[in-house]
Formats: sequence, C-alpha cells, structure tokens
Amino acid sequence: MGSMRLLPPTASSHAADMDWLFAALIGTSAFILLLVFGLMILFCVRYRKGSTADRGNRMGRTWRVETAWTIATFIAFLGLYFWGADLYVGIHSPPKDATDIYVVGKQWMWKIEHPGGQREIDTLHVPVDKPVRLVLTSQDVIHDFAIPAFRVRQDALPGRYETLWFTPTKVGEYRLFCAEFCGTWHARMGGSVVVMEPSDFQRWLDSQDPGPSLAQEGEALFRSHGCSGCHGTASTVHAPKLEGLFGRPVPLEDGRTVIADDRYIRDSILKPKSEIAAGYPPVMPSFAGQIGEDDLLKLVAYIKSLADKTAGNSQAGRTAGSAERPAP
Amino acid sequence: MTIATVTGKPGEPVVATKNYLTEEGVTLRSWLLTKDHKRIAILYTLSITVFFFVGGAAATLIRLNLVTPAGIFTPDIYNRLFTLHGIIMVWFFLIPSIPNTMGNFLIPLMIGAKDLAFPRLNLLSWYLYVGAGLLALFAILVGGVDTGWTFYTPFSSMYSNGYVVLALAAVFAVGFSSILTGLNFIVTTHRLRAPGMTWYRLPVFVWSNYATSVIMVLATPVLAITLALVAVERLLRVGIFDPALGGDPLLFQHLFWFYSHPAVYIMILPGFGVISEIVPCFARKPLFGYKFVVWSSITIAVIGFFVWAHHMFVAGISLYAGLVFSLLSYVIAVPSAIKVFNWTATLHKGWISFDAPMLYALGFIGLFTIGGLTGLFVANLAFDVHVTDTYFVVAHFHYIMVGGMVSAYFGGLHYWWPKITGRLYPEWWARIAALLIFFGFNLTFFPQFILGYLGMERRYYAYPPEFQFWNILSSAGASILAVGYALPLFYLGWSLVRGKRAGANPWAATGLEWQTSSPPPTHNFDKTPTVTRPPYQYRPEAEPQDA
Amino acid sequence: MPEAPANPMPEPQYATMEQQADTAAFGMWVFLATEILFFGGMLLAYTWLRASYPEGVAEAGRHTRIVIGSVNTLVLLTSSFTMAWAVHAAEHEQRRALVRLLAVTALLGLLFLGLKGYEYHTEWTEHLVPGLNFHEESAHAQAIELFYFLYFLLTGIHGIHVTIGIGLIVVMAVRARRGAFSSRYYTPVEVTGLYWHFVDIVWIFLYPLIYLVGRSGP
Repeated sequence: MGSMRLLPPTASSHAADMDWLFAALIGTSAFILLLVFGLMILFCVRYRKGSTADRGNRMGRTWRVETAWTIATFIAFLGLYFWGADLYVGIHSPPKDATDIYVVGKQWMWKIEHPGGQREIDTLHVPVDKPVRLVLTSQDVIHDFAIPAFRVRQDALPGRYETLWFTPTKVGEYRLFCAEFCGTWHARMGGSVVVMEPSDFQRWLDSQDPGPSLAQEGEALFRSHGCSGCHGTASTVHAPKLEGLFGRPVPLEDGRTVIADDRYIRDSILKPKSEIAAGYPPVMPSFAGQIGEDDLLKLVAYIKSLADKTAGNSQAGRTAGSAERPAP
Repeated sequence: MTIATVTGKPGEPVVATKNYLTEEGVTLRSWLLTKDHKRIAILYTLSITVFFFVGGAAATLIRLNLVTPAGIFTPDIYNRLFTLHGIIMVWFFLIPSIPNTMGNFLIPLMIGAKDLAFPRLNLLSWYLYVGAGLLALFAILVGGVDTGWTFYTPFSSMYSNGYVVLALAAVFAVGFSSILTGLNFIVTTHRLRAPGMTWYRLPVFVWSNYATSVIMVLATPVLAITLALVAVERLLRVGIFDPALGGDPLLFQHLFWFYSHPAVYIMILPGFGVISEIVPCFARKPLFGYKFVVWSSITIAVIGFFVWAHHMFVAGISLYAGLVFSLLSYVIAVPSAIKVFNWTATLHKGWISFDAPMLYALGFIGLFTIGGLTGLFVANLAFDVHVTDTYFVVAHFHYIMVGGMVSAYFGGLHYWWPKITGRLYPEWWARIAALLIFFGFNLTFFPQFILGYLGMERRYYAYPPEFQFWNILSSAGASILAVGYALPLFYLGWSLVRGKRAGANPWAATGLEWQTSSPPPTHNFDKTPTVTRPPYQYRPEAEPQDA
Repeated sequence: MPEAPANPMPEPQYATMEQQADTAAFGMWVFLATEILFFGGMLLAYTWLRASYPEGVAEAGRHTRIVIGSVNTLVLLTSSFTMAWAVHAAEHEQRRALVRLLAVTALLGLLFLGLKGYEYHTEWTEHLVPGLNFHEESAHAQAIELFYFLYFLLTGIHGIHVTIGIGLIVVMAVRARRGAFSSRYYTPVEVTGLYWHFVDIVWIFLYPLIYLVGRSGP
C-alpha cells in the first residue's frame, strides 16, 4: 500500500507560489467552515427542542445583517481572485530566454523534440533553474500535458499550438500525465520529467543521437516543399521574406497587426488566405493535409532560426528568441 | 394548532377515503395514461430510482477497480463504466431528480392549483425520459460508448468506436423532456396560483424550481443542437468541431459548457428549495431572510449563464477570457454563501428537533458548504491550472451533486413521504441511513481532494502506486455509502405496507400541501384555498400532533 | 352547428376559459424562448465560421440562389400577413374568412417548401451538399463546405418548423370549418399564429446571413 502523502513534490518556481495560494484558500475556507459548523452546532444544541434557552427578542429586520455578510464574503472572495489571477498571468508570460521544446501528443504517447534535434518519447529531460517553454500540439484528439510537481498543465489541441512554461528548481524525476481523456490507454499516456544539473543535462544531450537540429530539418523541408521557390532570397516572386520575421509585428491586408509567433507561422502555412501580409498578393497555396504536425514544428523552428538573420531592408539586430505575446 | 394560513380544510388528521392513488382506478392503464401530476410524479420516482441504482452500480464498480493501482478491469470496460455513470447520473438522475418527482408532485399543491398547466405535456415528458433512458442504456452497454459524459470532440466525433450517435440521441431526447417540464413549471407558477398566493408568498421550493425551469428552458436547447452537430459530424464526416475538417474543438466546449454549467445549477437549485422547506419546519421558525434566499436563487440562475468557460482555463482560451470568467465565478459564489448563512441563522432561537429530514438538511448544509468552498478553489485561475481534470474537481462536484443534491433528495423524500404515500416511515431506520450516508460520503470523497492535489487524474483506470492509500480509503467509504443508499429502499418499501397512517399534516408544517388530506385527492383541494399570509409562519409552541 | 358549442368548458385545472386561453398563449411564448436558444446555438456556430473564414463564407454566399431566397422571403412575409388576418377574422367570428385565410397561409407555406426543395435540388446537381455530394475547386473549398453544412442545417431545421406549422394551420382550418371557434374561444388559432410568426422571423434572420453576406461590399 502506498504511503499517506499529503502534498506532491514542489519542484518549480511556480509550485512554491501555488502552495502559498493553496494555504490561503484553505485558511479562508477553514474560517468560513468553522464559522458555519460552529454556529450550526451551537444553535442545534442550545435551541434544541425542549431546552430552556431564552428565545425572546428575535431578530426582526434582516436587511442589515444580510448586506453585511454579503459584502464581507464578496471582499474576501475578491482577494483570492486577484491572487490567483496574478499567478495565472505569470503562467502565461514566459521569460524571453526560455528554451523552446516541442511536444506532440498522439494516442497514446508524448513525442518530444529538443531544439538540438534530440528526440524522446514520454520522458522529458530539462536542466534545473533554466526556464523552459513547451510548444504543445496534438496529432489526433485533445490531450493535456500535466506535471503536478510543477503545478502546471495545458491542453494540447489538434490544429493549434499552446504553450506552457516552467523553471524547474529541484533535481529529480517527476510524474508526467495526460490529463484530458483521450481514449483506451489514456491512463498509460505519460511518463516522467527528469530535472538534471546543467552539466548532466549537457552530457545527456551529447549522448543522444545528435542528428540534424530541428531548424536544419526544417530547412530541408523548406526546400523539398518548394517554399524556397518564393520565399528564398534569390526568388523573383513577390513573397514576404522570412529573415528577421519571427517575433515581430506584421501588418495585415485588412488593417490589423499580428505578432509573427508560432501560431501565425503555422496558420500561414495551412491557411495562407486567413491573414494576408499587407502589400503581398494572396497567391500562396494552402499546405493543409500535406505536412504532418512533426514537420510543421520543424518548419516553424527553421523560420524562428531566421529571426536573427538580416534580410534586405529589415532592421535586424534585436534578439527574438521566443515568441512574444501580443501586448494587451 | 395555529397553522390556518388558508381558509380550507383544518389540519385535522383524516384517513383519506378518496385519494389520487385509487381514485382513477388501479389498473396499469390508468397509471400509464394518467394526466394527474401526482401520478406522473410517482412514475418519475420509480424510474429515477432504477436509474439511480444503475448509475450507483457503475460507481461501485469504478471504486472497486481503483482499489489497486493496476486496476481490475480492462481500460475499455473502465472507460465505459465512467461514461455510464456520468451520463446516467447527470441526465437521468440529477437533472430530473427533485423537479420531476417532488416538483411535479408539490408545485400544484403548494400554489393551490388542481394540476400543472399542461398535463398531457407532463406525461409526454415522462415517456420521453423513459425512452431516452432505455436508449442510453442500450447505447452504452451494448454499443460500448467511452466518451465520458462530456462528449469532447474530436474524440467523440472521429475517434471513439462505440454507439456514440445513439447515446447523443438519448441525451437529445431527455433534453426535450427537461424542456417540457421546465416550460410546464414556469407557466404553472405564473398562471395557476390560488387567490392570494402572491409571488412573495410562494414557498422557496416553488421559487427554486421556477429558477431551475428558466435554466432548463433556455440552456437545454443549446445542448440539443450541439449534440446534434456532433452526431452529424460523426455520420457525415463534415462539421465544425474537428480541426481536420476546418472546425474548432473549443467551439464544442464553449457550446457544451454553455449548457452544462447552468445544468449544475439545475442540479442544485431544487435542493436549495427542499432545504428551505425543511429547516424552518424543524426549527419551528420562519425562514431567515426569505427575500434574500429567493433572489439569490434567481441571481444564481442568471449569472449561471455567464461562467461556463471556467471549465476551460487550461483548454486554450485566451488569458483575458480566463480573467473574466474566473471573476464571474467568484461573483456567483456570493449568493450561494448567502443561502448557507440564512439557513444557519434560521436555527438561531429556534425549537429544533432532529427528525430524519432535518438530519439530511443539516448534512446538506455541511456538505454543500464544503463543496461550495472548494468551488472557490477551482474557480481560482492559478489553482485550477494545477487541479483541473484531477480528483480534486471530481471531489468538488460530488460534494455539490451527491453530498448536496442527493442529500436534499432523500431529505425531501422523507419529509413529504407521509404526504405522498399517506404513511409514516420508520424514524430510527431513517436516522441511521442519514448518518451512514453522511459519514460514508465524507470518507469516500474527502480523500479525493488530497488525491487531486497530489495529481491523480480523472478517468484513469490505473494509477501510480503512491496514490493507493487514499484510493483505498475512498473505496471503503463508497461501500458504506452504498449501504446507506440501499437502506431507504427497504424501510420505505416496508412503510408502504406496514407504516403508520399519516394525518394530513404530521409535521405541523405550514404550506398548502399540508392542508389537504394525505394522500391528496386527484384534484388536490376540495375547495380552492385562499392564501392570506406569507409562508413559514412557524411558532415554537406549535408541536407536531403526532408524538 | 356540426361541432362543439360556442361556450366550451375549460379543462379542470383552470377556473375560466380566459385563464386557459392566457395560459396557452403564455406557454407558446415560453416555448418560443426555447426555440430562440435552439437556433441561437446554430447562429453562434455560423458567427464562428464567418469570423474564422470571412472570405470562404463570402464566396460560398455568392453561390446561393438569391432569387429563390428573395421570393421565398416575400412568400413567408405574405403568409405572416394572412395569418395575422386570420387571427383577426377568428376574433370577429368571420368563419368563412378564417377558413380561407388559413388555407391561403398553408398554401403559401407549401409554396415556400416547394421553392426550397427546388433550391436544394439545384445545389445537389452543383455538388454543394456536404458529406453526400460535395465537390468544389476553390481555394476556400473547406470553408465553403462548412458554410453549406450550416446552410443545410439551418434551412433544414427551419423547413421542419415550416412543415409543422403547415400541419397546425391545416388542423385549425378543418376545425374552423366545423365551427369549433368563436369570439370567446379561438386560442388555438392565436397560438398557431404566434408559432407561424416565429417561423417567419427566424427566416428573416436567415435570409441575410445566407443570401446577402457574400454580396455586400465591394
């Protein structure tokens, strides 16, 4: 029989913050619970049938006390709300220097690809004290990448990218689960997250079959799918140049401006007509159904690797390691 | 006796010679073609009991499977079990439980009417319910549906192999049953109140069912069309939910929860109504803050429509949507808290007795408070990111649905049992069952909060060994709970034959339903009552006549 | 008089005929509230589609048969007028006018269905029926398919409502012929009228969403 554990391991910077929030929620609840249970028991004993307790002077007007407890509860609840909301905003704001790792869920395994081209299944190796951002997608149904020791989880949806970031703070091996029901072997879809000292992690990376990096593979795909015919530097077609694009705002034909992040690149490949860059004819064909999720990620990684390169008139120089979220 | 809130029959005990159980004849035909709201309520009670035990059997097997980390059943069997449990308990027990049984029976009696506004519609609603229920059982048991009650796409529309379309059709049909009931209640409450029965003289039970009905009428059609869209997508391979077809799975979740969150309030508001009847009666005091209780029900029904996306904090909605929906979820917790405070304050300076209905009611208040407070946990954005889809959520909603609604259902059933059957139930057995249910329930579901925080995910047939301790506790609790739920079946059944005859008003309760004989005659009142006072005019010295 | 007397008794749960009539009309209003949310779910799906694929929806909209759609709008609007007139006739005990107006309303409803059926037929021959017979070369093929999917869903369910409405109107006409209604009792006609106007209003929303959306603007 398993032990009587009360808390999961606390192994990320966020996990510690979360446990404080948990404590506050428990404290507030315990207070209200003791109040309600205490009063209930007190009244039930004192005013039981046949007791001689004084029952005169009953409260006639209830408005004042009703309003008082309504406002009191509301204020207490608001405090908890803001606390949780503040942490939630944090979960959605990955630091700029986070390493991107790509994750594809499929029935019933997690396929993980490191930027250096190392691949693993159902196990994620990460260095301690370094922020990591996962880019999640799914090849079939909805899955959810959950790491209780880090107190984070995120659905992986087919047809789009979601992100999840954390900074592990403790070396060790932690459970990884799929948290969204995905069919027969849902309960077996998971494995572990291994947090290592940076030097150990580097050794681990080196010991893996190096292979080409994601971006290099993406570059090969960029050629084989004919993308370079139009987007390449030597091309004569009037197509947007991709050097220095990633992470920058892109003005669109319809007047909006979007940030060229993972989602934008992906949608531009699959649904090129949906967000047309201003000043370019909508001539690109859709690649929907022709490129699998794995390959899409490689293409995105390649285009991301071009972020630092100069192209023609673009004002390069700024590092854009990861996608920025659109400003509120 | 000072309960003459109406000019009608005085509350003297009478052995009813003319009552709805025999008046129209006792043939099967007279029952299956009845238009009497009370008989239809009985039909509902019987069929709901069957579904409750079917869903309960599935729950028992689920808990049995989880005793060992490796599981006992194959994953496919386990996945069907929780699907069966979810679909049956949500749509065939919880949603119709109080409205279609006690609501059907009592609303016309409480407002002084002879029947619901549309009796034929009421009967049609029962037939839809039974037909849909059989279809659902067939689809899940024979066709092996394994989508869970939430039918998330694209799993349900493209990947699952069971008779998903049949299951969707069953839920679609039972949805219409619920719409017809809601429509009937709304119209009845508006148009068939007895002279003098103003809105603020309505018992809270009627108000709660009214609020419930509004949700049924406005939310259920959205579920119906959503499920129809999933079925078409599955059949024709064209649709708006699967990304491979150009659709968006989040669109399904938005539409589904637009119904299914308000549906949570369908499942709990009638329970509030029952508790608001029982507590004043056994505390011999008017309900504290009647208008606050009434308007908090209406507020819950309205705000309940605007919190749905709090089920989707990690599903891929935008940060800003998360912030808004979490705030609204905190807002809706306030009226729920108001109710708890009001019930507690009703006890103050009362003359409290602890008959079985009161034990259930007190248990309800305790369990609902825990369920409601943990609702604050899961409505909290950052916290939800850690526990959504874990047993923390499972425990939270079982505290509301089972600890709350099922306790209220049993409380109400005991409270109105004498009215419905004309017999008294055996008090001691009932108290034992109430206590067993309370303790069994806590033992079953409290460990699940801890499991959830530890990271045990929902819908897992097998789990890591470090979770076993709490799972065994939970399963042990479930076996106590099962005994607690089976007990009433026996002693209530026994009381039908051997129970002492009940007078018209064994609890010396106010309310029109107690002014007519037990069981009531087919047309409820010999003479339409006239109401002159607000509800719950209890006084401590007014003791039940029956020692 | 072949059928019922002019002063029928209310059902047992009602005190008076007036209460019964009121209640029936109120019940229909509540039912229509349900109906609004039923169509509301589909309209939300439509809104999503248009937001996701503005160009595809516009292109698909240009495939629709605007002439048939417009004529049908006219037909339904006219039928709503004759229905309102029929209720007026019932109120004033003009039995012959009532029967004729109901018949005209039902015929207009049938005409609507006939035109709609013809429209469906042309869409079938043009391979615009998603899931069964769909072929489209455009770059927006997927969006067009989804548009037609919602188009058939919305108009199909609306068509079912029209059919039910026609059935109700025919029943009313037969009962009116037998003299079942009087100025004191014509609730069924009134309630049927409410339902018919609702069906009409739904179409008023569908018409621009289906036929005009791709044709507005440049």
